[in-house]
Formats: sequence, structure tokens, C-alpha cells
Amino acid sequence: MTTPRTSPEVSGMGHSMKRKEDPRFIRGRGNYVDDIQLPGMLHMDIVRSPYAHAKIKSINTERALKVPGVLAVITGETLAKYNLHWMPTLMSDTQMVLPTEKVMYQAQEVAAVIATDRYAAADGVEAVEVEYEPLPVVVDPFKALDPSAPVLRTDKKDKKDNRIFHWQAGDRAATDKAFAEADVTVTQDMYLPRIHVASIETCGCVADFDRVTGKLTVYMTTQAPHAVRTVFALVAGHVGLSEEKIRIVSPDIGGGFGGKVPVYPGYVIATAASVVIGKPVKWVEDRMENLQADSFARDYHIHAELAAKKDGTMTALRIKTLADHGYADAAANPSKFPAGLFSICTGSYDLKNAFAEVDGVYTNKPPGGIAYRCSFRVTEAVHCIERITDVLAQELKMDPAALRMKNFIPPEKFPYKSALGWEYDSGNYPAALRKAMDMVGYEALRKEQAEKRARGELMGIGISSFTEIVGAGPSKQFDILGLKMFDSCEIRVHPTGKALARFGTKSQGQGHETTYAQIIAEELGIPAAHVQVEEGDTDTAPYGLGTYASRSTPTAGAAGAMAARKVREKAKKIAAHLLECSPDDLVWEPGKFSVKGAPGRSKTIQDIALAAYTNHPQGMEAGLEAVSYYDPPNLTFPFGSYIAVVDIDRGTGAVKVRRFVAVDDCGNIINPMIVDGQIHGGLTMGLAPALLEEISYDDDGNIIGGSFMDYLLPTAMETPSWETAKTVTPSPHHPFGAKGVGESATVGAPPAIANAVVDALSHVGVRHVDIPITPEKVWRLLKEHGLAE
Amino acid sequence: MIPPAFDYHAPVSLPEAIALLSRFGDSAKVLSGGQSLLPLLKLRLGNAEHLVDIGRIPGLEYVREEGSFLRIGGRTRESVLERSDLIRERYPILLDTARVIADPLVRNRATVGGNLAHGDPANDHPATMLALRAEVVAQGPDGERVIPIDQFFTGLFTTALAPDEILTEIRIPVPPNRTAGAYVKLERKVGDYATAAAAAQVTLDASSGFERVGLALTNAGPVPQRAAAAEDFLTGRRASEANIAEAARHAAEAASPTADRRGSVEYKREMARVLAARALKKAVERAGGR
Amino acid sequence: MARHDIHLTINGASHNVNVESRLLLVHLIRENLRLTGTHIGCDTTHCGACTVLLDGEPVKSCTVLAVQADGADITTVEGLEQNGKLHPIQEAFWEKHGLQCGYCTPGMMMTGCALLARDKEPSEADIREAISGNLCRCTGYLNIVKAIQSAAERLRQQ
Repeated sequence: MTTPRTSPEVSGMGHSMKRKEDPRFIRGRGNYVDDIQLPGMLHMDIVRSPYAHAKIKSINTERALKVPGVLAVITGETLAKYNLHWMPTLMSDTQMVLPTEKVMYQAQEVAAVIATDRYAAADGVEAVEVEYEPLPVVVDPFKALDPSAPVLRTDKKDKKDNRIFHWQAGDRAATDKAFAEADVTVTQDMYLPRIHVASIETCGCVADFDRVTGKLTVYMTTQAPHAVRTVFALVAGHVGLSEEKIRIVSPDIGGGFGGKVPVYPGYVIATAASVVIGKPVKWVEDRMENLQADSFARDYHIHAELAAKKDGTMTALRIKTLADHGYADAAANPSKFPAGLFSICTGSYDLKNAFAEVDGVYTNKPPGGIAYRCSFRVTEAVHCIERITDVLAQELKMDPAALRMKNFIPPEKFPYKSALGWEYDSGNYPAALRKAMDMVGYEALRKEQAEKRARGELMGIGISSFTEIVGAGPSKQFDILGLKMFDSCEIRVHPTGKALARFGTKSQGQGHETTYAQIIAEELGIPAAHVQVEEGDTDTAPYGLGTYASRSTPTAGAAGAMAARKVREKAKKIAAHLLECSPDDLVWEPGKFSVKGAPGRSKTIQDIALAAYTNHPQGMEAGLEAVSYYDPPNLTFPFGSYIAVVDIDRGTGAVKVRRFVAVDDCGNIINPMIVDGQIHGGLTMGLAPALLEEISYDDDGNIIGGSFMDYLLPTAMETPSWETAKTVTPSPHHPFGAKGVGESATVGAPPAIANAVVDALSHVGVRHVDIPITPEKVWRLLKEHGLAE
Repeated sequence: MIPPAFDYHAPVSLPEAIALLSRFGDSAKVLSGGQSLLPLLKLRLGNAEHLVDIGRIPGLEYVREEGSFLRIGGRTRESVLERSDLIRERYPILLDTARVIADPLVRNRATVGGNLAHGDPANDHPATMLALRAEVVAQGPDGERVIPIDQFFTGLFTTALAPDEILTEIRIPVPPNRTAGAYVKLERKVGDYATAAAAAQVTLDASSGFERVGLALTNAGPVPQRAAAAEDFLTGRRASEANIAEAARHAAEAASPTADRRGSVEYKREMARVLAARALKKAVERAGGR
Repeated sequence: MARHDIHLTINGASHNVNVESRLLLVHLIRENLRLTGTHIGCDTTHCGACTVLLDGEPVKSCTVLAVQADGADITTVEGLEQNGKLHPIQEAFWEKHGLQCGYCTPGMMMTGCALLARDKEPSEADIREAISGNLCRCTGYLNIVKAIQSAAERLRQQ
């Protein structure tokens, strides 16, 4: 790790600066959506369908309207009058805001009750009477493709099946040829079940339409406020909402992880209610609503094949996936990538041939697909390649670490063009794996495993050497609903040398108020403590695409550096003016310009800032500010190697993670403490799907796992004490060599744990187990192989 | 999340509380710790027009040995049980049990009496009390009566308590020498109900044979029941691994768990067997058997 | 009766309120008394974001009726800072990066305070068990454990 260039007072890159946002959080003075109370504010609660697929025969609001405090009940009919009963999704599909004919998933919004307080609203919801006529339910995505399956999207003219899209990447013919010629091929089916991000704060909004000014303000749990504003303007322009009179404010957000990117029907209904009634309307969902109706993640049925030479050199990868999207494709992927960045599935390996295809299908489940810290399907891709790599290792009777070392893209091959078309910016995979192996004591663990096996005790060691793809993304390929995925920063330096910096992203706990200040401190030498960072208010922040998919540091962080450099360019000219020399005679160190060869003759950034307002050169504009809209030239590719050690209870099948070592490389690090925090959290959100989390549906479309009773979040007791380390391989194209890190651990951890469990049982021939690895799943394998207590 | 409307009453004496329960009958529910009842109400399940809070009645929280019984007041918090030196030293099976009920925060409110009176076979104390051959003391309009634990659980979410009775005390016979117990629970994560759990209380004779055995399972059927066949098998037999294993098989055979996310019927039955054996083994060790 | 006059002390201040029988304590705190530092994260008594001290014990205020707290002494996160001075546990959470989004943090700190009042030198295992009723999605718990250990040390030195 390099030593910081700046002093602790300035606190630029590399300092573990205490977070600037914490003073309000530790005092309980955060400003989350449900904390907001406006004069005259009303409360909204939602009536939801108990059926997964049903016609709505009638909605009777008479009893509800009699409940004291209830003012109105909004139905699809109400919204249809304004053509707001359907809305576009972020993948250019459509979904209902409120239904007029039928419901398509259990817990779908059916009507909304507006009341003076939340208790009355809840009573109102109980009192709304809906008559349903159940319809045949489609929950199995394979059956959904059956020609005899009922067509779900009857709202789409001429739709004759349940297919959404077919996507593919790579050279099918060359890959098939490589498979035909291979010494060894392995095949493995893997299912990554539906899971839900379940941030501790659920979703909600306070919509406030001012009838006098015609301005709509919506405080919303959104990770992408500008995109929401534009979508609102486009979707509701016909009812009089105009973009300059729409303000979306993301206040403090209690965790996002992708779950607060989609525009949920609740937001739209609350907004419509506020516009119609002319009072603020608050809607905050309960946890069960959040789990049952909001955007899910995964639900990928993967069929993977890997071909290799007998010495273990991988030669080809072939994948066919069925993607269950629920009743609408409401995933928040970049528009040209319906399967997200799944084509990173060649992973860290020098695979010359690859072909991947994904077919999306409709079912009677909530819409969505990628909301769980996954960088647009990178979790799926990495799980696939890391699991099948171990399957190959087992087939070849090769140590999984050795197999990986043999196939890693060597450091000298970067920038590396993958068989599926990505140019990986930089990487040093062998160094990361070696470091992880040393930290965990790999060779000693293998010895211990052999000794334990002889005694009938089960332990496993699992490796995951992942490469991620983040930082979406270059405008050539990336847009969401046509909005290019640049991001932005606007810096204004005040006369007294302090600065205000606004960004187009929105932190939900990642620490931007601190890390962005540190970036600017690095570039300008203004102490990070004096850089006020703001995000999330579309009235003031420059346009950006928000924070998700680990894109903030790669895009907005870069914009921060670039804007700061523009400021520095102007500062240089002012300094030259003050020092009466040519700008070419000046050298820069963080915080000041000095005359070459005469270091005593210098001007600090603070001197320069004051001069920008009091003594600027003639012919130059006053002021000291700049804006940058950064269009990244490429994505960034963080990577790492994780090693999990597990012990299995032969009586119960319970898996205990004894140790977990994580070596991460996210390029140059802004704040090491914050990076470690991101990794600890990500690892825990990797452990959870690996062992605990699952949402499933019975044949009638009833959700199983729709509350915290059965949707299991790990507590501090289930979570091991994470052991972390870093390697640093900067990104060559990023302004300060950083890559982004928020999701690496969620991506890398599940296969490490899955591989460890399989490894514990590989000596009896177990090759694969699907996550979540429940004790019963393990116990069945133990029983099958005569290992149960 | 929001309970339906109800009337709340906070009597300050047992007679006052009993009178309220008599008056409101089936439309009233006793509020003790509230950690079972309030979650139900928040989901708008469980009909309760009147809540009779027994939290203001003095003299219902205590843990003491008196005469030949350990006496636990009905409104004793689980956390008090957990922190009691008396329990830790002389009734570790109760510490085992209290420690795995829900989570530490819930245990600061949840009561032992409530855990029993709810009649939920998924709660942890029923099995332990069955193993301990405890007695439940109930107060009603006709005075006090003592209900042996084997007669206490009558159906799913139903106990022998009348609608106008309050569970005021749990009595556990002070154990003779060479007696100890253990409670072992398999849960998916902290805070969950048992996938399977077993409570074992054993008295050993001079030659490490089973003089007396109490064994019961949690969440193994609609009504908490003792594993009578297993107990009978072990009584008089040596405390050997083979005998314990056989007894555990009997216990599992008699179990009728329901399939849910925690596991299939087959898995739960097998876990009942595994845990019954582990509980018995631990109880024997604590009783000085090995 | 459906409404009750209750009296409670919150963070040292006396309050007389008239409430519905069914009003949850967490709503009394957040809505009636406008102390929004205590948060709501679930509807099945699992997450612990609503943890407050009730007569010194950490409880989930979403599973206590306001009427049950009549006469009680309650401390919420807003009561930790005294006379402009942060409580050692607040300092420790800040120092050790024991929070990210901040939503579970008040609950974690209240549970941590209660633990440290009983146990001056808790082990890592003790801390993990004590906070096992408080869910966090951001931190992975490691820095929360370190924060509580650090708070313990600060308190021991006081």
C-alpha cells in the first residue's frame, strides 16, 4: 500500500479519515424518508392481492371510506383517467401502477387508501373489499415456455408466448468446435434462487405537490434521483408535470443495494394522490410488502459447460441460462444489456472460446431481476464460472488453487480482451490468490483436512477468484432508457478557500460525503474537512445516473477529480498572476503553486481562492469553479481471491464458516477504512445467499419467505470475523487509478462458500450443491453417501 | 404492522384481572410479555377486543427454591432466568432453554408464563417443563389450582387454562442428587423457532443407570408432548451410548413434525433423533454419569 | 378503554400523552414525540432497529404498547449525548466506522450501552450474542463489534 501523498490535515487519498456524515447518524439525527413530516401530510397504505394471477371483478370502497380518517381510495380506474395506470420499466417493458383488469403476482398493488394518519390508513386497507376470479398460475419458468402455457402479458397486442428476450454473446460455432475437440468437458446445472436485498430501511416517499407554484417535490428512497425526475416528466407530462418543476430529493437512505433503483408503483400512486388532493402524501412500505412486491434479484437457471485439455488448460465455456423475470422486465439493466454484464462469465481465466446465451421469461411473480448488490448479473456470472472451475478441478483430480493459477490471465496480458468482448483494464490474479493462500495457511489446511477425513470429520476449503466488471459506463454502449451513463461533479471554491462539491450520484451508506471530499482534497490540497459534499437533490446536483453497480468511484469520483483539475488549471493562471510569472514556471504540490527553483515564492490554494474574487486577472472571469461530466472510456475490473474454511456437523448438516479470508484489489484506495467496511458488508451479503436466503413460490404462486420469519438475514452470530487484505493494481484509464469496490464481496463470497461445502464432501463424490446451502440439503448428501451421524 | 383497535386494561391485582377476564370471556387475551401476542396482533391475526395486561400486578416475578420446589413467577422475564445464579448452578436446563428463546432483546420482555400459556408447540419452554415434570399454578375466579404439566397442553395454541384463569407460577420439583438436564436446539439462525429441539432431564442411580428420565421435543407435533416411549425404554437401563441412541429413535418415531421452510418431515424427525441423543448425553454428563 | 392518559420520562424529560390502546411505543416515540432517531425496519419483531432502553433494559419498541410504558423511564439515541458531549459509544462507533447507512445504528448503540452497563469487559462472543437481535445489512458486524469493544475501553478508563 502506498503512503498518502497528503498530510492528515488535508486527508486526501489513502487516509482512513473518520466519516463526515456520521455526526448526524450517531445522534439519531439522520433524515430518512419516514422522518419527514410536512404540514397537512396524509398517509397512504396499499391494498394488495392475495392471488398470483386473478381477474379483478370488483373493488368496493364503501366500508373503507367510512373508516374514520380515510379520505380517499385510489384504484386503477382512477389512474386510468390520467393514463397513469401503466408505466414504463427501466428495461422499456411496461408494468402496472394499479390494475384495471387483472393482477399478475401475489402482493401486487390493487388499490391505495389515503388517510389522515397511518393507523387509519391501515384500517382502511382492511376494509376495502376486492372480488377476485383466480386464473391459472405460471410459476415454473420452464413451463412458461411451453406452447400450452397461458400467455401472461395479454396487455401486449399480438403476444403469443411468455418470452421476453433472447440475448447471446460470443462465437457459438468456435465454442462448439472447441468442445468437440476437448480432452475433458464438465457440465453442471446451477440454480441461483430469487433473493431480496432487504435493506433495513424499506422503500417509501413523501410526495408534495404545491398547487400554487405547480411544483412537485418528492422525497424518495431512490438511488437515482435524476433519472426518476426525467422519467416522471416523460410519463406524467401529459397531466401537467414539467421537468423544471419536478424536484426529487433523496434524503438519507438506509441502505440501497440496488433495491432502491426501480420506480415502484407506490411512488407513482402517492405522487398522483398528492397532485389530485393538493396535500403532501407519505407512503412507507412494511417489511412484508418490501419482500413480497419489490424488485428481487437472481432467479437464474444456469446450464454451464467447461472444456479443457487434460493438463487442466481451459479451452472453452458454454452457458445457457433461463432468466425468470416475474411478470415484467423491470430490472434496471443498461438498455443494451438485458442480461446485464453476464458476459463477464469467462472470469479471471484466459478462455479463448466462449458462448453465453440468456432467455428471459415471464411468470406470475413480482417484476425485477437485479436488485442485490450484483453489478448487473455479475454475481450470477461469477458464481457460474467459479463453481464450474471447481467441478473441473474435481474431474481432473487437480487442486482447485493450482487449476486457477494455471488458467489465470497473466498480468502481462493486460489490458486483456476477453472472448466475450470486454477489455479488462488491469489485473494481477496470481498475486491475489497467493496472498489469500498465505493468509489462510492453505497447505496446512489441506493437511488438516486429510487428517480429519481419516477420522470421519468433515471440513472444506473453497476458493473464489473473481473478476468483476463495474463503473457503467462508456456512452458508446451504456444507457438506461436512453440516458447515457456518465456522471458528474460540480465544484465551487469559496473566497475563504473552502469548497462545495455536488455530484450526480447518491450514497446510501457508502460514505461519499467523506470519500468525494478526499478525492478533491487530493487534487486541490483543500482539506477534506473543508469540502462540503452534497448529493441527491435534483434541484441543485448536476445530472447523474445515481449510485448502484459500484459505479460511483469509477464515474462520479472520476468527475470529481476532473472537475478539480479544471479548477486547478484556472488556479494556476491566477497563481501566475499573483506571482507575476508565467504559468509554465509553476510547480504544483497538494495545496500550493510554487515558482520553479524559488520554493519560497508560492501561493496556497486558499490565497488563490480569495484572489479569484478579489484580485482576478483582467480578461479572466472571476470565481473558481468547474463542472465535469465524465464519460468513462471503459469499465473497471476489480478482482480478488477469497478462501472459505467450513466445518460440517455430520448430525445436522449445519455448515459453520470457521474462517473467511478475502483479498481484494480495487485499484487505488481513497479511504482504507471505508473500503474495508464495504467489504465486510459485502461478504455478509454473500454469506447470506450462500447459506440462508431464498424466496420461492408454491404452485399457486404463494410466496414462501415473504417475511423475516422465513427470509433469513444473518445476525452477528452467524457472521464470522472477516479477515481482509488488499493488493493494489491501479486502473490505467481511471483519473486516479481506482476501480470501485462496493459489490466485490457480494459477488465473490457465495461461490467460495459453495466450493468449500462441496470440497468437504468431494471425497465421496459430491460435485455440486445449489445455494442456499441449508442444513437439510447437506444432510441429504451426507445420508446419500453414508456420512450422516 | 398496525394492530386492529382494542381496549386495554391494566388491573393492579389478580382478583381485578380475573374479574376482567370473566367479564370479557373469549374476546379478551392476557398480555404478559407481549412478545407472542403483539406480533400476532400486528399481523391482524388472533382476535382480541380486550387486552388484560397483568404487568402491573405485583408479586408475579420471582425465582426461588422453597420447600421441595423451584418456584418461578409467571411473569418472570426470560432474561431474569438467563442471569439467575440459582438457575445457572442448579437448573442449567432452564438456562439452556432461556438462552435460545428468540433473541436477547425479546427476552427482556418475554415471560416464562407467557411462553407456556401461548400453547405454541414451537416455543421452547414446553418441552423443558415436560422433561422437568413441572406443575403450572393457575388462579381463577374459583381460586388457585395446580395443573400437572402433562395435562397442561391440550391442543394447538390451547392449554388447560380457562379463559378467566391466569398462569401465576411454575413449580419444578427440586431435583434429587445425580440429576441434571440439558436443552439442545437446532435453529436456522438466532431468533428462529426450532427446526428441532430436545429437552432431557435425567436422574442416575449409583451405577450410572437411568433411575428417572424426562424427555420431550419442541416443534415436533401440534401439542407439546413427552417422549413417553423413549423415557420408559431408558428407565432402569444403563446410560450407554447404544441405549441413548435407541431411546432417541423411539422419541423420533413418536414425533409428528410438519414440513416447512425449516425442513421436511423426514429431516425434522431425524433431527429430533439426533438432538434427543445429544440432549440425553449432555444431561448424563452433567449428572456425573461419565 | 380505547384511549389512555399516560406519563413517561424520555431522555430525562417528562411527557404526558393521551394515546390509543393500540399505539405502538415506537410510534409514540417517532410520531407523537418527534424523536425520529429510533427506526422501524420490519413488522415481525426481528430487526431491532427500534431498540430503546426501557427502565434500563434494551427492548424492541415496536413490540411494546405505549400504554405498557406508562410510568417508564425510556432512553433513546437522542438521550446519549449529554450537554453537547457525545457518549463514549457514539465516539466509538464514529471512530471505528461502526456504521454505514446509519439506519440500524441507534438500535445497535442502545443495545451496546445496555451490555456495557452489565459487563465492563465483554468478549467478542459476548458482544455478538448481545447484538444478535439487531440486524445490519451494511457493516457485516465486524466494525460494530470493534466499536463496542472500543466503547468498553473508553468507559473503563473514565
